[in-house]
Amino acid sequence: MSGGRPSTAGWWLVAPALLVIGVFFAVPVAAGLLLAFTDFDVYAIARPDRLRVVGLANWGRLAHDARFWVALRNTAYFVLVGGPLSIAASLAAALLLEARLARAKALFRTIYFLPVVTTLVAVAVVWRDLYHPRHGLLNAALALLGLPAVDWLGDPRWAMPAIILLAVWKNFGFNMVIFVAGLQAIPERLYDAARLDGASAWQRLRHVTLPMLAPTFVFVGVITLIGYFQLFAEPYVMTQGGPANATLSVVLLMYEEGFRWWNMGTGSAIACVLLGIIASSTVLQLRLRTAEAERE
Amino acid sequence: MRRIAGTIAVNAVLVAGAAVTLLPLLWMVSASFMPTGEASAVPPRLVPSAPTLAHYRALVARLDLARAFANSALVATATTAIALVLNTAAGYAFAKLPFPGRARLFRALLAALVVPAQVAMLPLFLLLTWLHGVDTYWGVVVPGMASVFGIFLVRQYALSIPDSVLDAARVDGAGELRIVATLVPVLCAPILVTLGVFTFMGTWNDFMWPLIVLADRARYTLPVALANLAGEHVQDTELMMAGAVLTVLPVVLLFVCLQRYYTAGITAGGVKE
Repeated sequence: MSGGRPSTAGWWLVAPALLVIGVFFAVPVAAGLLLAFTDFDVYAIARPDRLRVVGLANWGRLAHDARFWVALRNTAYFVLVGGPLSIAASLAAALLLEARLARAKALFRTIYFLPVVTTLVAVAVVWRDLYHPRHGLLNAALALLGLPAVDWLGDPRWAMPAIILLAVWKNFGFNMVIFVAGLQAIPERLYDAARLDGASAWQRLRHVTLPMLAPTFVFVGVITLIGYFQLFAEPYVMTQGGPANATLSVVLLMYEEGFRWWNMGTGSAIACVLLGIIASSTVLQLRLRTAEAERE
Repeated sequence: MRRIAGTIAVNAVLVAGAAVTLLPLLWMVSASFMPTGEASAVPPRLVPSAPTLAHYRALVARLDLARAFANSALVATATTAIALVLNTAAGYAFAKLPFPGRARLFRALLAALVVPAQVAMLPLFLLLTWLHGVDTYWGVVVPGMASVFGIFLVRQYALSIPDSVLDAARVDGAGELRIVATLVPVLCAPILVTLGVFTFMGTWNDFMWPLIVLADRARYTLPVALANLAGEHVQDTELMMAGAVLTVLPVVLLFVCLQRYYTAGITAGGVKE
């Protein structure tokens, strides 16, 4: 290859990575879309000739499956409540860290970021204990405040809020780092000008900081959305989707259908729904922001 | 005067936030050293009365968690090594070696970032069944060997390499393969550390794919082994906390040592958007 023309060399250097992505990602994704139109199950693994094309039957069955709608609703709950809460926590932490009066910023940034790098399964095990109705620290803290104990993971009303709280704790540091970078990119002279005009701290936040962070919000919103739709390990470890299916998520349902009951056709149909939701809401979010930016 | 009050207020909130953030992790460490039963005492104890290593010993001797630790280390190291080679080669080429269709190919890769990994998992599992990769280490490694994010990271960084440096190497008779193998790792060292840390941590922490691929306990990675324990030893809080510490400790240490590189990776994607 030595002395080869750069354009040929370029192909050769890209090829191994593309081959891996192609064989182990692109082809499976395409196959997944096809699988969703079949009745692929545990018998078809041994005898592929038994495979039948069933058209839209998998989706038809899902549409009449109460658990599928519950999983969709739970996932929407997690994304629509947990997502904004996470982003708000990230923004608050970033604003605090970037406040002029803050001391020991590097130390606080490290601490706030720590949950992001921890293993989800491990911290889910820890939080399951914090949520313990009898000896958990959270109920002990509530008792100190004179509040009644809550059966966090055992009560269908509280199980999803409990998982959201864990997710906010685990993830806020990630977007915080992005917000900090966004804040540092805002030119100081904009604040100076606002001060000259007599703007209060709140007005500077409202009319300088937040508008200047708009592109950061788009990015953070999209990655949070994509990540949160994939809710899986938290309910798997903490509640197994219970109580009464209150934390059953779309990916957990896909896992159960595909890998516990080996209904791979149905599992793929669920995966397709997930893809459709993520892709369309990403596009929608990007469109909304672009439209907003053009109006300004 | 107002300034002092403000300083106190801002820093008090920062300290409170840090306490809330650290509490679950400190509790995990503290409870892992408590004698059996103490972590579920009412009212709760925060510090062990008589610190003990019994649970760590039990995990290693009785429950073979050292094996899971070694499995995780092996899988994460192998994935990181391969991903570094493949993503660096591709990232460099996308940045510096024009070839027909390059721009379109790169855009297609970026669009693929919207596709969640779960969509590929069922067919990937069938593919591995066919290739006899189910319940093997390489079955766990395979999907992480190259990534769009990794290629993107290296490409963005490699764009800043001056062409004159590359041309000088070419004039000296170096082929593109040699440039990638010797020059690019030196010129892109910081971003390669970033990519390495990201890949290692991502693989170490990954749960769903190893859960699907691995069947034999002897090959479980730490998160899978821990989730399995969590189902069996529900009452044994101290033991579970020790298992959580063992799982989290390597990645936390790695992050504390290399955090500058880690956070650089996050903002590389965000700010240039």
